[in-house]
Amino acid sequence: MSDSAIRAGTQGLPMPSFEDPAFRVPPPLSEATVAVVTTAGLQKVGEEIWDAGSEAFRVFDKDDRDLTCSHLSNNWDRSGLVADLNVAYPLDRLEELAADGVIGAVAPRHLSFMGALQSLSVIREDSGPAAAKLLVEDGVDVALLTPV
Amino acid sequence: MGTIAHTLEQGGLSTVSIALIRDHVERLQPPRALYCEFPLGRPLGKPDDAVFQRSVIESAFALLEATSGPVLEDYPESVADAADEPLSCPLPAADDTSTHPAVSESRGLRNAYNRHIAAGGRTLVGRAVGPDQIPDAIAAFVAVAEGSSWKAADLPGHPLQWSRDITSYYEEAAAVLVDHVPAARAAESWLYQKTETGKVLKAARKALKEADESFWFYLIPFTQNPELGRP
Repeated sequence: MSDSAIRAGTQGLPMPSFEDPAFRVPPPLSEATVAVVTTAGLQKVGEEIWDAGSEAFRVFDKDDRDLTCSHLSNNWDRSGLVADLNVAYPLDRLEELAADGVIGAVAPRHLSFMGALQSLSVIREDSGPAAAKLLVEDGVDVALLTPV
Repeated sequence: MGTIAHTLEQGGLSTVSIALIRDHVERLQPPRALYCEFPLGRPLGKPDDAVFQRSVIESAFALLEATSGPVLEDYPESVADAADEPLSCPLPAADDTSTHPAVSESRGLRNAYNRHIAAGGRTLVGRAVGPDQIPDAIAAFVAVAEGSSWKAADLPGHPLQWSRDITSYYEEAAAVLVDHVPAARAAESWLYQKTETGKVLKAARKALKEADESFWFYLIPFTQNPELGRP
């Protein structure tokens, strides 16, 4: 059995709804500062591992590459991430896009949450707004979100 | 991920999400999403393929040109996982016939794991147990499979963390032994279908279910022994 079984098995899971969702048109990409926000459950080597159900986020400087992962769900492939962090956290690709002038700049800080959560109320009310505030204060215009 | 997208957009950012499960993104309707039929765990599709990864990112960024949303588009190329094609990975000779074959097997993989670390490889081993304790963690699951309580094991952390550490140890050693990055889930299927430790973890999961341990379902990927059903 493969990912297709997981996709089929998660059909119809309850999803939160969002009344009057925001939609913000960004500045031109060539002028935009871009951050990565992943739900891969990344952490710096030596940091505390992720607690089950944690709705917190971790913060990484743009040059941090010595990252590991303690996401609790084992229903996704780790071998790609072990070989190449960019497959889930594409900071090297963003650096190249900035060097080529496709994006304006790579943000100074980037974030990881841990996905596969059953409760999302803290993210909606607390950690999500705090993450947005941190990124806005860093001058970020665009967030590229990468799930696992 | 859709919830985070909505929350960040509300907080002043423009977001674009890569989505790996179309049903979820159709219902969550984040502001902009690129559905990518890629293996779970590989949202950029292909490790060590900068050209492909850049193509995915640029396709996602193209959605930022929309002036209203939600926007949902499909990336035109899919990447399949290889769960049904277990890695063909020769196991080093077991180091000791006097111990359980799974414990011995894990010791036989230590050189390969050490080569992974020596080459600067990223390791996910160490959530609860390090490489030195992997044989002990496997021995703990042997005991669980034979009816002992997991609480009798003299190990830090929780069985869910031990099983993840064992999985990472095996997968990282296997990638060295085959000398390439395995296709998604190929190493996982090798562990659970071709190794002694895979047999032990499946037997331990069955024993935990029979002992009414609440976490039994999550011990190994549920796709690897679906015959046990769901809680």
